This record gives sequence, structure tokens and C-alpha cells, in this order.
Amino acid sequence: MNNSSLNKVSFTVNGQTIEEEVASWVTLLDFLRERLHQYGTKKGCDHGQCGACTVLVNGKRVNSCLVLAARLEGKEVTTVEGLSSNGELHPMQAAFLEHDAFQCGYCTPGQICSAVALVEEGTASTRDEIREWMSGNLCRCGAYNNIVDAVSEVLDAQKGVRV
Amino acid sequence: MKPFSLTQPKDADAAIQAHAKLPDAQFIGGGTNLLDLMKYGVMEPKSLVDLQDLSFHEIGPGSDGGLRLGAGVTNAETAEHPKVKKDYPLLSQAILSGASPQLRNMATNGGNLLQRTRCYYFYDCATACNKRRPGSGCAALKGFNRIHAILGASEHCIATHPSDMCVALVALDAVVKVRGPEGEREIAVEEFHRLPGENPEKDTVLKESELILSIELPSSNFSKHSHYLKVRDRESYAFALVSVAAALQLSGGRIVDSRVALGGVAHKPWRARAAEDFLKNKECDRDLFLEAGKLVVKDARGYGHNDFKLELAPRAVAEALLQAWKGQES
Repeated sequence: MNNSSLNKVSFTVNGQTIEEEVASWVTLLDFLRERLHQYGTKKGCDHGQCGACTVLVNGKRVNSCLVLAARLEGKEVTTVEGLSSNGELHPMQAAFLEHDAFQCGYCTPGQICSAVALVEEGTASTRDEIREWMSGNLCRCGAYNNIVDAVSEVLDAQKGVRV
Repeated sequence: MKPFSLTQPKDADAAIQAHAKLPDAQFIGGGTNLLDLMKYGVMEPKSLVDLQDLSFHEIGPGSDGGLRLGAGVTNAETAEHPKVKKDYPLLSQAILSGASPQLRNMATNGGNLLQRTRCYYFYDCATACNKRRPGSGCAALKGFNRIHAILGASEHCIATHPSDMCVALVALDAVVKVRGPEGEREIAVEEFHRLPGENPEKDTVLKESELILSIELPSSNFSKHSHYLKVRDRESYAFALVSVAAALQLSGGRIVDSRVALGGVAHKPWRARAAEDFLKNKECDRDLFLEAGKLVVKDARGYGHNDFKLELAPRAVAEALLQAWKGQES
């Protein structure tokens, strides 16, 4: 049983295998930004309140500022950088552009990761439900109406595919 | 955060041993509250014992037709579990009224039981707080105490317990199963959290190195008529000013049995047994529910900024009972 402040850990970030030694207190957020130099994931409050650091771990949305990197053995991390494929934007990214769902853009990577998970979860369908299930992502510019438009469009398109 | 070591045991006994042996150790489940407090310097453990590899991540049958919620299961999984939604909708509703989807994906059932208070002064290391630094005083008593307790508080602490899930668990007569160096025992959730008294630094009756294994839900007759009402400053993603878990077992319009528990009013989830006794064998009625609500605050007192809760709590009880009666009639 390992009992140390330096921990060997292996996990993937956007499909790339990471094998590193990390100090116990390094968060996934700091690991992404400072070790991997992937700056898409943003540091807002650093206390799990604002949602700017939202990423997917094994497909579930989490606040990366409250995840210890050393606890990620065997896990799959997806950040906003990992959403597009073959140079094509993820439908949620395209919808955010289409609906002008941001102003300054700082909360946007977290909003998009959260919204991608929301669609996958399948619990929200109305605009009110989208607001409730996106409540963990704050937007200081107040682009909420357009964010709901963007998420709503992707949800509707999904329903079309499912029917 | 201050430096700490991380230990990753593979089973409960190894976790308990590690906790007992390591200096100043804390178990870590989801970490959503603990890491937050460590970043603020409110908690500064030297060792974390990681519980993610333990085999307590399942929801399954309990004893006597009940349901067992593994302590390591996330709040999100618990709220969305088909059996929880069907037989314990009150619990599902309570969980989903708290935190954000991200936090619920991380937070575990065991960790939810061990949430610390959201008292501003507990979080602010520049101020006096008997819970954070025993003997230093209580800055909330004469400070900004809008979110603070009106029931069961002491001159040493007027903090409230922040959990929604625990309020529903108390209403549902849930039991916590724990294991420690001296073996296993079961504690009713109602007895699990304590009142502050002279030792507000102790939130629960857990002994040193005791680990929560599961939450046991007894079979329930309250699935048809229940409601969790949460009154807060924002529509979503905010802690309760007052919350009420209400449940009724009805025969026609007559109340055979009832459950009333409140959040946001005390140092622990507050079971309102006087209100429950009062409701027994009476016919459902709005005025009756208001009378029951008034019984809840009979011995309550405000501390200034939170005086509004003395009126809000009874009304919230009445509204929750009304919703339980009418809202989910099937």
C-alpha cells in the first residue's frame, strides 16, 4: 500500500496516456494547465463553485479543481481540447458559436464540457430543466439565454436522431 | 493546500488501520467538501486515506425489504437509481435539490453525511469559531447569522448542518452502518449528527477511525405522498435557508403516519416528532398542517438576522405537507 506524498499514476487525457509522478496535493486542474500545458480548462474559483474547470472523467462531468490527480489511476479524462474530432468541431462547440453563447469566453470550456455531459445524461429536456442542470456553470457575462439556446439546439438534434 | 500523504488501501479494514496509524488522517470519498476546506486552511490533515478502491460502491437489497446504499456510491447515482426513485422519491428529490450536477457526480453518500457546516465564520480563519478552533468563541452569535440555527443551538455554536440528503434520510428512518477498530455498529441517522453543546468541533458521534460502510433504508410506506421543499436565496445551486422533508401515509384523507424533518434550522437534520404525533389520525387539511408547523418552532429562538426563519419554518412545513398530500397523489 502506497503511503507517500509522491504518487505514480497512469491515466489518459483526451486519449493520450499519461504516466507521471505527482504530489498528493496536485489537482487535475493544475496538472492539466501546468504539467500538460493544456490551457483550455480554466481556473475560476478553484473551490468547486463556478464550473469553469469542468471536465469529463470516465464520461462524467466533474470540477477538476476538486480532483486530486493522484487519484486518477486508470481513468479517462476528456477536456474541451478533446471534444473535436478530425478537425471537426463537436456539435456543442458549433452550437455555442452559432448562438453566440459567450461574451468573454472564460466560462465557455466548462460550459461546453458540462453541456456535452448534460446531453449524454438525458435528464434535461425543457429550457427550465437545461437551466437547472447547467446551474453548476456560472457565466459572469450573463450569456445564459444564448447558452440555453445552444444546448437546446443540440438536445433537439439528438432527439431527431433518436426518433 | 498544505502537504499531505495519500494512502490508497484496497479494503475497509486496511483503510481503518491506515487511518488509525497515520498522523492526523482523514478519509477522502469524493473530496468535494474536504479539499475545499483544505484549500481554505480550515482543515489541515497530514494524511488522506483514499476510499475509492473499497468495495462499497453498490446499491442493493438491504434487510427486511429495505435498500442498502453503499457509502462510496455517488450522490448522482443514488438520486438516479430506479429503486431509489420508485420507493424513496423523497431521497432522490432531496439529493437533486443540492449542489450541482458536477458535485453530485463526485460527492459520495458517506461524504454527504460528513459534510461540514457552511457557517461563514467556520470558513473564515480570521474569525473566532469554536467548531474550527475550540475555545476561540463564536463570531456568528452576534455576527451575520442569516443562515444560522433556530433550534438546538448553544452559546458555543449556532451553525447548521448543510445537507439536503441527510434531512430525507432522517425522515426515512435510515441507519448508518459503520466499522471501526472495535468492530461494526449501526447508528440511526437521527442520532448520527449531534447538537453543538459544549463541543461544536464534533459534528457526529463517529469514533476515531470509524468508517461509514453503508446507509440502510428500511422499507417505506411513504413513496406515494412525499415532498422535499427547499427554500433558498437562489432557485438553484444554493444551500437551504429552511428545507422540509415531509411524507404522509394516508387512508383516504386520514393520516395514518407521517414524517417531518427540517434542514437549515439546526446543527443536525431536525426530526419534528411533535408535529408527527399531532398529525396522527387527523384529516389532511391546510390549517392542520399550519398547526403542525407551529409546533416545530415552539422552542425555537432567533439570533437577529435569522429571526425570519421562525416564521418561514412553520410555513415551509405546512407547504411541504400540502405538496406531499396533493402533489404526488397517485
